[in-house]
Amino acid sequence: MARVVVDVMLKPEILDPQGQAVQRALPRLGFEGISDVRQGKRFELEVDGPVDDAVLARIHDLAESFLANTVIEDFTVRVDEVAEAAK
Amino acid sequence: MTARIGVVTFPGSLDDRDTQRAIRLAGAEPVALWHKDKNLHQVDAVVLPGGFSYGDYLRAGAISRFSPVMEPVIEQAKAGLPVLGICNGFQILTEAHLLPGGMLGNDHLHFICRDQKLRVENAATSWTSDYSAGQEIHIPLKNMDGRYVADQYTLDKLEAEGRVAFRYLDFNPNGSLNDIAGITNEAGNVVGLMPHPEHAVEPLIGSGRTDGLPFFTSILKKLVNA
Repeated sequence: MARVVVDVMLKPEILDPQGQAVQRALPRLGFEGISDVRQGKRFELEVDGPVDDAVLARIHDLAESFLANTVIEDFTVRVDEVAEAAK
Repeated sequence: MTARIGVVTFPGSLDDRDTQRAIRLAGAEPVALWHKDKNLHQVDAVVLPGGFSYGDYLRAGAISRFSPVMEPVIEQAKAGLPVLGICNGFQILTEAHLLPGGMLGNDHLHFICRDQKLRVENAATSWTSDYSAGQEIHIPLKNMDGRYVADQYTLDKLEAEGRVAFRYLDFNPNGSLNDIAGITNEAGNVVGLMPHPEHAVEPLIGSGRTDGLPFFTSILKKLVNA
Protein backbone atom coordinates (compact mmCIF):
# COMPACT_ATOMS: atom_id res chain seq x y z
CA MET A 1 0.00 0.00 0.00
CA ALA A 2 1.14 3.51 -0.74
CA ARG A 3 -0.58 6.82 -0.31
CA VAL A 4 -0.99 9.44 -2.99
CA VAL A 5 -2.25 12.87 -1.96
CA VAL A 6 -4.24 15.13 -4.25
CA ASP A 7 -4.59 18.72 -3.06
CA VAL A 8 -7.29 20.84 -4.68
CA MET A 9 -7.49 24.61 -4.31
CA LEU A 10 -9.78 27.21 -5.83
CA LYS A 11 -7.93 29.16 -8.49
CA PRO A 12 -6.29 32.24 -6.95
CA GLU A 13 -8.57 34.70 -8.74
CA ILE A 14 -11.76 33.08 -7.41
CA LEU A 15 -13.32 34.48 -4.26
CA ASP A 16 -13.20 32.06 -1.31
CA PRO A 17 -15.82 33.23 1.22
CA GLN A 18 -15.11 30.26 3.54
CA GLY A 19 -11.44 31.16 3.72
CA GLN A 20 -12.37 34.78 4.36
CA ALA A 21 -14.70 33.78 7.21
CA VAL A 22 -11.87 31.76 8.77
CA GLN A 23 -9.44 34.65 8.34
CA ARG A 24 -11.85 37.10 9.97
CA ALA A 25 -12.23 34.82 12.99
CA LEU A 26 -8.48 34.72 13.67
CA PRO A 27 -8.05 38.06 15.49
CA ARG A 28 -10.85 37.08 17.90
CA LEU A 29 -8.88 33.94 18.70
CA GLY A 30 -5.75 35.93 19.38
CA PHE A 31 -4.04 35.12 16.07
CA GLU A 32 -2.69 38.31 14.58
CA GLY A 33 -0.72 38.81 11.42
CA ILE A 34 -2.59 36.42 9.10
CA SER A 35 -3.60 38.49 6.11
CA ASP A 36 -5.35 35.83 4.04
CA VAL A 37 -6.72 32.29 4.37
CA ARG A 38 -7.79 30.06 1.50
CA GLN A 39 -9.52 26.76 2.09
CA GLY A 40 -9.04 23.73 -0.11
CA LYS A 41 -9.58 19.98 -0.25
CA ARG A 42 -7.17 17.13 0.33
CA PHE A 43 -7.77 13.63 -1.01
CA GLU A 44 -5.72 10.70 0.32
CA LEU A 45 -5.72 7.77 -2.09
CA GLU A 46 -4.52 4.42 -0.74
CA VAL A 47 -3.04 2.61 -3.72
CA ASP A 48 -2.69 -1.17 -3.93
CA GLY A 49 0.85 -2.05 -5.01
CA PRO A 50 3.73 0.24 -5.88
CA VAL A 51 3.20 3.79 -7.07
CA ASP A 52 5.05 4.05 -10.35
CA ASP A 53 4.85 6.68 -13.07
CA ALA A 54 1.96 4.91 -14.77
CA VAL A 55 -0.11 4.92 -11.56
CA LEU A 56 0.70 8.56 -10.94
CA ALA A 57 -0.32 9.42 -14.50
CA ARG A 58 -3.67 7.69 -14.02
CA ILE A 59 -4.26 9.51 -10.73
CA HIS A 60 -3.36 12.77 -12.46
CA ASP A 61 -6.06 12.05 -15.06
CA LEU A 62 -8.52 11.21 -12.30
CA ALA A 63 -7.74 14.45 -10.48
CA GLU A 64 -8.09 16.46 -13.66
CA SER A 65 -11.40 14.95 -14.73
CA PHE A 66 -13.13 14.28 -11.42
CA LEU A 67 -11.48 15.30 -8.12
CA ALA A 68 -10.95 18.84 -9.38
CA ASN A 69 -12.97 20.96 -11.78
CA THR A 70 -10.17 22.71 -13.61
CA VAL A 71 -12.51 25.48 -14.71
CA ILE A 72 -12.46 26.76 -11.13
CA GLU A 73 -9.79 24.74 -9.30
CA ASP A 74 -6.08 23.89 -9.44
CA PHE A 75 -4.68 20.60 -8.16
CA THR A 76 -1.40 18.88 -7.29
CA VAL A 77 -0.62 15.17 -7.09
CA ARG A 78 2.18 13.78 -4.88
CA VAL A 79 3.24 10.60 -3.16
CA ASP A 80 2.94 10.89 0.62
CA GLU A 81 6.62 10.45 1.58
CA VAL A 82 5.89 10.37 5.34
CA ALA A 83 3.46 7.49 4.96
CA GLU A 84 6.00 5.75 2.72
CA ALA A 85 8.87 6.20 5.22
CA ALA A 86 6.81 4.95 8.19
CA LYS A 87 6.36 1.53 6.61
CA MET B 1 -48.80 13.85 -31.26
CA THR B 2 -47.14 16.07 -28.74
CA ALA B 3 -43.51 16.39 -27.74
CA ARG B 4 -41.94 13.98 -25.29
CA ILE B 5 -39.68 15.68 -22.76
CA GLY B 6 -37.49 13.58 -20.49
CA VAL B 7 -36.85 14.50 -16.87
CA VAL B 8 -33.89 12.76 -15.27
CA THR B 9 -34.13 11.56 -11.68
CA PHE B 10 -30.75 11.29 -9.95
CA PRO B 11 -30.31 10.03 -6.39
CA GLY B 12 -31.12 13.21 -4.46
CA SER B 13 -33.15 14.99 -7.15
CA LEU B 14 -35.99 17.01 -5.56
CA ASP B 15 -37.86 18.77 -8.32
CA ASP B 16 -38.24 16.02 -10.89
CA ARG B 17 -41.97 15.60 -10.21
CA ASP B 18 -42.65 19.36 -10.25
CA THR B 19 -40.81 19.54 -13.55
CA GLN B 20 -42.88 16.70 -15.01
CA ARG B 21 -45.99 18.54 -13.86
CA ALA B 22 -44.87 21.78 -15.50
CA ILE B 23 -44.23 19.94 -18.76
CA ARG B 24 -47.71 18.41 -18.62
CA LEU B 25 -49.32 21.79 -17.87
CA ALA B 26 -47.60 23.24 -20.92
CA GLY B 27 -49.17 20.51 -23.04
CA ALA B 28 -46.20 18.20 -23.60
CA GLU B 29 -45.68 14.65 -22.40
CA PRO B 30 -43.19 14.20 -19.55
CA VAL B 31 -41.05 11.06 -19.67
CA ALA B 32 -39.33 9.91 -16.48
CA LEU B 33 -35.67 9.07 -17.10
CA TRP B 34 -33.54 7.28 -14.51
CA HIS B 35 -29.89 8.13 -13.81
CA LYS B 36 -28.92 4.56 -14.73
CA ASP B 37 -30.63 4.68 -18.13
CA LYS B 38 -28.17 4.12 -20.94
CA ASN B 39 -30.45 5.62 -23.58
CA LEU B 40 -32.93 8.47 -23.63
CA HIS B 41 -36.00 6.52 -24.83
CA GLN B 42 -36.33 8.71 -27.95
CA VAL B 43 -37.31 11.85 -26.04
CA ASP B 44 -37.29 15.14 -27.94
CA ALA B 45 -35.70 17.15 -25.13
CA VAL B 46 -34.29 16.62 -21.63
CA VAL B 47 -34.58 18.53 -18.37
CA LEU B 48 -32.06 18.01 -15.58
CA PRO B 49 -34.06 19.04 -12.51
CA GLY B 50 -33.15 20.70 -9.22
CA GLY B 51 -32.17 19.01 -6.01
CA PHE B 52 -29.05 17.83 -4.28
CA SER B 53 -27.94 14.84 -6.31
CA TYR B 54 -25.35 12.78 -4.45
CA GLY B 55 -25.67 15.24 -1.57
CA ASP B 56 -23.59 17.77 -3.51
CA TYR B 57 -20.59 15.69 -2.38
CA LEU B 58 -17.25 16.64 -3.97
CA ARG B 59 -18.87 19.53 -5.86
CA ALA B 60 -22.51 20.13 -6.77
CA GLY B 61 -23.21 18.02 -9.86
CA ALA B 62 -19.72 16.49 -9.98
CA ILE B 63 -20.79 12.90 -9.37
CA SER B 64 -24.08 13.02 -11.30
CA ARG B 65 -22.16 14.25 -14.31
CA PHE B 66 -20.72 10.72 -14.59
CA SER B 67 -24.09 8.92 -14.32
CA PRO B 68 -24.80 6.49 -17.16
CA VAL B 69 -27.65 8.67 -18.44
CA MET B 70 -25.31 11.62 -18.88
CA GLU B 71 -23.37 9.86 -21.61
CA PRO B 72 -26.23 10.05 -24.16
CA VAL B 73 -27.31 13.44 -22.78
CA ILE B 74 -23.85 14.93 -23.44
CA GLU B 75 -23.50 13.25 -26.81
CA GLN B 76 -26.95 14.28 -28.06
CA ALA B 77 -26.79 17.79 -26.56
CA LYS B 78 -23.69 18.39 -28.66
CA ALA B 79 -25.72 17.24 -31.69
CA GLY B 80 -28.55 19.67 -30.93
CA LEU B 81 -30.87 17.93 -28.45
CA PRO B 82 -32.54 20.65 -26.35
CA VAL B 83 -31.41 20.34 -22.70
CA LEU B 84 -32.48 22.52 -19.80
CA GLY B 85 -30.66 22.41 -16.45
CA ILE B 86 -32.43 23.93 -13.48
CA CYS B 87 -30.44 24.63 -10.30
CA ASN B 88 -28.66 21.32 -9.65
CA GLY B 89 -29.24 20.60 -13.34
CA PHE B 90 -27.36 23.80 -14.22
CA GLN B 91 -24.53 22.68 -11.92
CA ILE B 92 -24.43 19.30 -13.69
CA LEU B 93 -24.28 21.03 -17.10
CA THR B 94 -21.26 23.10 -16.05
CA GLU B 95 -19.57 20.03 -14.56
CA ALA B 96 -20.21 18.21 -17.84
CA HIS B 97 -18.72 21.22 -19.69
CA LEU B 98 -21.84 21.55 -21.81
CA LEU B 99 -21.96 25.09 -20.44
CA PRO B 100 -18.87 27.17 -19.61
CA GLY B 101 -17.88 28.36 -16.14
CA GLY B 102 -18.60 26.76 -12.80
CA MET B 103 -20.88 26.97 -9.77
CA LEU B 104 -19.65 27.67 -6.23
CA GLY B 105 -21.17 28.27 -2.80
CA ASN B 106 -23.19 31.45 -2.31
CA ASP B 107 -20.86 34.27 -1.28
CA HIS B 108 -22.79 34.79 2.00
CA LEU B 109 -22.36 31.06 2.84
CA HIS B 110 -26.10 30.56 3.53
CA PHE B 111 -28.87 28.68 1.80
CA ILE B 112 -31.19 31.16 0.13
CA CYS B 113 -34.87 30.82 -0.75
CA ARG B 114 -36.72 33.77 -2.22
CA ASP B 115 -38.93 35.04 -4.98
CA GLN B 116 -36.35 36.38 -7.43
CA LYS B 117 -36.72 39.05 -10.07
CA LEU B 118 -34.91 38.26 -13.32
CA ARG B 119 -34.50 39.84 -16.71
CA VAL B 120 -34.72 37.60 -19.76
CA GLU B 121 -31.68 38.65 -21.77
CA ASN B 122 -31.90 36.13 -24.58
CA ALA B 123 -35.31 35.11 -25.95
CA ALA B 124 -33.84 33.24 -28.92
CA THR B 125 -32.93 29.93 -27.22
CA SER B 126 -34.95 26.72 -27.48
CA TRP B 127 -36.22 27.30 -23.94
CA THR B 128 -36.94 31.06 -23.96
CA SER B 129 -38.69 31.88 -27.24
CA ASP B 130 -42.04 32.52 -25.52
CA TYR B 131 -40.45 35.40 -23.59
CA SER B 132 -39.45 38.69 -25.11
CA ALA B 133 -35.90 39.98 -24.71
CA GLY B 134 -35.74 42.38 -21.79
CA GLN B 135 -38.86 40.95 -20.14
CA GLU B 136 -38.80 41.01 -16.33
CA ILE B 137 -40.07 37.92 -14.55
CA HIS B 138 -40.35 36.63 -10.98
CA ILE B 139 -39.56 33.00 -10.25
CA PRO B 140 -38.44 31.23 -7.06
CA LEU B 141 -34.77 30.74 -6.27
CA LYS B 142 -33.53 28.23 -3.69
CA ASN B 143 -29.97 27.07 -3.46
CA MET B 144 -26.71 26.77 -1.59
CA ASP B 145 -24.27 26.76 -4.52
CA GLY B 146 -25.60 29.43 -6.82
CA ARG B 147 -22.53 31.58 -7.42
CA TYR B 148 -21.72 31.53 -11.12
CA VAL B 149 -18.01 32.04 -11.83
CA ALA B 150 -15.93 32.04 -15.00
CA ASP B 151 -12.69 33.61 -16.09
CA GLN B 152 -12.77 37.08 -17.60
CA TYR B 153 -12.30 35.78 -21.15
CA THR B 154 -15.34 33.49 -20.81
CA LEU B 155 -17.45 36.25 -19.24
CA ASP B 156 -16.54 38.69 -22.01
CA LYS B 157 -17.35 36.05 -24.62
CA LEU B 158 -20.72 35.21 -23.04
CA GLU B 159 -21.64 38.91 -22.89
CA ALA B 160 -20.47 39.64 -26.42
CA GLU B 161 -22.38 36.69 -27.87
CA GLY B 162 -25.58 37.38 -25.94
CA ARG B 163 -25.27 34.09 -24.10
CA VAL B 164 -26.23 35.44 -20.69
CA ALA B 165 -29.81 34.21 -20.88
CA PHE B 166 -31.03 35.49 -17.50
CA ARG B 167 -29.74 38.14 -15.13
CA TYR B 168 -30.64 38.81 -11.49
CA LEU B 169 -32.40 42.15 -11.06
CA ASP B 170 -32.39 44.46 -8.02
CA PHE B 171 -30.49 41.96 -5.86
CA ASN B 172 -27.66 39.55 -6.55
CA PRO B 173 -28.56 36.61 -4.28
CA ASN B 174 -25.28 34.69 -4.38
CA GLY B 175 -22.39 36.75 -5.70
CA SER B 176 -22.68 35.48 -9.27
CA LEU B 177 -20.35 37.36 -11.60
CA ASN B 178 -22.12 39.91 -13.84
CA ASP B 179 -25.39 39.06 -11.97
CA ILE B 180 -25.65 35.96 -14.13
CA ALA B 181 -28.66 33.75 -13.31
CA GLY B 182 -28.53 31.57 -16.41
CA ILE B 183 -26.62 31.05 -19.63
CA THR B 184 -26.95 29.27 -22.95
CA ASN B 185 -24.53 27.40 -25.17
CA GLU B 186 -23.58 28.79 -28.56
CA ALA B 187 -26.29 26.90 -30.43
CA GLY B 188 -29.04 27.90 -27.98
CA ASN B 189 -30.20 24.33 -27.35
CA VAL B 190 -28.54 23.95 -23.93
CA VAL B 191 -29.70 26.37 -21.23
CA GLY B 192 -28.96 26.37 -17.51
CA LEU B 193 -30.21 28.61 -14.73
CA MET B 194 -30.33 28.62 -10.94
CA PRO B 195 -33.93 29.84 -10.35
CA HIS B 196 -36.82 27.39 -10.67
CA PRO B 197 -39.32 28.05 -13.47
CA GLU B 198 -41.10 24.75 -12.70
CA HIS B 199 -42.24 26.24 -9.37
CA ALA B 200 -43.98 29.14 -11.09
CA VAL B 201 -46.45 27.54 -13.47
CA GLU B 202 -49.77 27.63 -11.60
CA PRO B 203 -51.59 30.68 -10.22
CA LEU B 204 -52.66 28.73 -7.13
CA ILE B 205 -49.13 27.99 -5.95
CA GLY B 206 -46.33 30.17 -4.64
CA SER B 207 -46.33 33.81 -5.66
CA GLY B 208 -49.41 33.27 -7.81
CA ARG B 209 -47.48 34.10 -10.95
CA THR B 210 -46.95 31.77 -13.86
CA ASP B 211 -43.75 33.41 -15.08
CA GLY B 212 -41.97 30.06 -15.39
CA LEU B 213 -44.45 28.44 -17.77
CA PRO B 214 -42.98 29.97 -20.97
CA PHE B 215 -39.89 27.75 -20.56
CA PHE B 216 -42.05 24.74 -21.18
CA THR B 217 -44.32 26.27 -23.83
CA SER B 218 -41.22 27.57 -25.67
CA ILE B 219 -39.73 24.12 -26.04
CA LEU B 220 -43.08 22.57 -26.91
CA LYS B 221 -43.61 25.05 -29.76
CA LYS B 222 -40.11 24.49 -31.03
CA LEU B 223 -40.51 20.71 -31.05
CA VAL B 224 -44.01 20.63 -32.48
CA ASN B 225 -43.16 23.12 -35.23
CA ALA B 226 -39.91 21.32 -36.02
